[in-house]
Amino acid sequence: MSTPTDTTAPAVGGTPDGVRPHAPSALAGSPGVPFSRTFQAELRKMVDTRAGRWMVIVMAGAAAIILAAFLIWGPAEDASFRGLLELSTLPLAMLLPVLGIMAATAEWTQRTGLVTFTLEPRRGRVVLAKALAALALAAVVLVAAVAASALANVVGGTGEWDLTAAVGGGLVLALMIYVLQGVAFGLLFLNTPVAIVSVLVLPTLWSIATMAISSLQDAGKWLNLDAVTQPLFAGEMAGQDWAQLATASGVWVVLPLVVGTYRVLTREVK
Amino acid sequence: MIRVENLTKRYGGFTAVDDISFEVRPGSVVGFLGPNGAGKSTAMRMMTGLTPPTSGRTTILGQPYRELHNPGRQVGVMLDASAQHPGRTGREVLRVAAVSIGVSKARVEEALALVGLTDEEAGRRVRNYSLGMRQRLGIAAALLGEPQVLVLDEPANGLDPQGIHWMRGLLRRFADGGGTVLLSSHLLHEVQIVADDLVMIGRGRIVAMGSKEELLSRGGTSVSSTDDARLVQLLQAADVPVSRTGSGLVVEAEPRVVGEIAARESVVLLELRSGGSEGLEEMFLGLTAATSREGDAA
Repeated sequence: MSTPTDTTAPAVGGTPDGVRPHAPSALAGSPGVPFSRTFQAELRKMVDTRAGRWMVIVMAGAAAIILAAFLIWGPAEDASFRGLLELSTLPLAMLLPVLGIMAATAEWTQRTGLVTFTLEPRRGRVVLAKALAALALAAVVLVAAVAASALANVVGGTGEWDLTAAVGGGLVLALMIYVLQGVAFGLLFLNTPVAIVSVLVLPTLWSIATMAISSLQDAGKWLNLDAVTQPLFAGEMAGQDWAQLATASGVWVVLPLVVGTYRVLTREVK
Repeated sequence: MIRVENLTKRYGGFTAVDDISFEVRPGSVVGFLGPNGAGKSTAMRMMTGLTPPTSGRTTILGQPYRELHNPGRQVGVMLDASAQHPGRTGREVLRVAAVSIGVSKARVEEALALVGLTDEEAGRRVRNYSLGMRQRLGIAAALLGEPQVLVLDEPANGLDPQGIHWMRGLLRRFADGGGTVLLSSHLLHEVQIVADDLVMIGRGRIVAMGSKEELLSRGGTSVSSTDDARLVQLLQAADVPVSRTGSGLVVEAEPRVVGEIAARESVVLLELRSGGSEGLEEMFLGLTAATSREGDAA
């Protein structure tokens, strides 16, 4: 604590240290706030705005409409539990990354980071909380899709329960990778439209490039996230598929996640 | 308490904050006053760990901000009232902060009442808030964790005169309870109402600091008369430094000296007082003229 003798800073206001009965002091305890509270706050922030809530509603609505349409007009023999679940998760694969993006960029585009990062100055933990909150929310949405698909199967499907553990697990893993990719791109660009366009366009551009340029074809197999998740969705992962999944995820998820996190940790919050 | 030691921030060749040092003691409301671009906000961001300083350090309650335990419970911070998600309601903004700080929903309602936001207003989205309401919401967020220190950037901006007096009462009570307040402003009359002590900053450097009274008395004597031109001549003849302001003269002498000269030479005085807002205004302009943007053009 400061005393008038050790201070080089001229003081203003109040009473001098010696006169004051008890000087206020900092609360004891480790820096920052417990992680569970940061996680809870970040999860809440993902769904308490109109944009966030509408994202969830649109995902649920799209899944419901696709299921209903398929039951009415689709080939009846394909309407098994697995077929219906694959259909209902189709819009999720596209929209869940957007949820991750919005979670990552809001602090900067709406400048709420001024509050968030003063309440928890250890920004790395905020980033971790955001990633986990996005995954948790995706899990909830996925559970809803599973329930809707089961219901559709009972109501108008074949009544066949043909989901294997490999397909189910693959589906969950693939969706989680896409959510993390969204978070990663959000952190990388810290700008919602740029991140959304990049997530949707860059992988497609890469696919086209690898198809058009023959020298890139071999590399394409290892670095095309959409291609390497195909066997994952199908539940047909073999040895090399896992290796290709790892390399593609490394480039499209881990790398932007690392660079983006570094940006958030070092960027000046204004 | 807030302590700033040799704090400096450079952006490339531009020095935004240039080696400033001061300490804000408990029980005081201190105004951080300076023209736009003087470095107030940059300094406050460095105090709260959002901007890394180029050199120097700051502590709050004896610790660097980033090492504080649950900072929201110790330091209330509002750096920009407009930096709120427009899609959240006022109440929701506070509820999210309450989760992070670890205070109850009841405290959220208390904080809303404290800043005079009604139930209906709290349920409105921030998008539909006026700047004055955003300021109140920002102050409610700062007070949420019942901190000992407040750091507020331009909190009176957008408030009507009534609101500014309300804020004075609120901050005064906070300081009387042993709290420490540092608030910034680029408007002298605003900070004069709200703060008791001033730290003036211009182009990144501290140009003056002290109690308002002290700085006011340094501002000389305000005087106006039916014939200011003649009074200036008389004062100059008596070797009393004098300068003109918009509404009269500022004289660097006791009111008595001016009164005696005026009486002897039969000049009709309309106003004669020590300091006053014009005096401080004059000093503020004088102190910052050399360092403000306008100073560049002149």
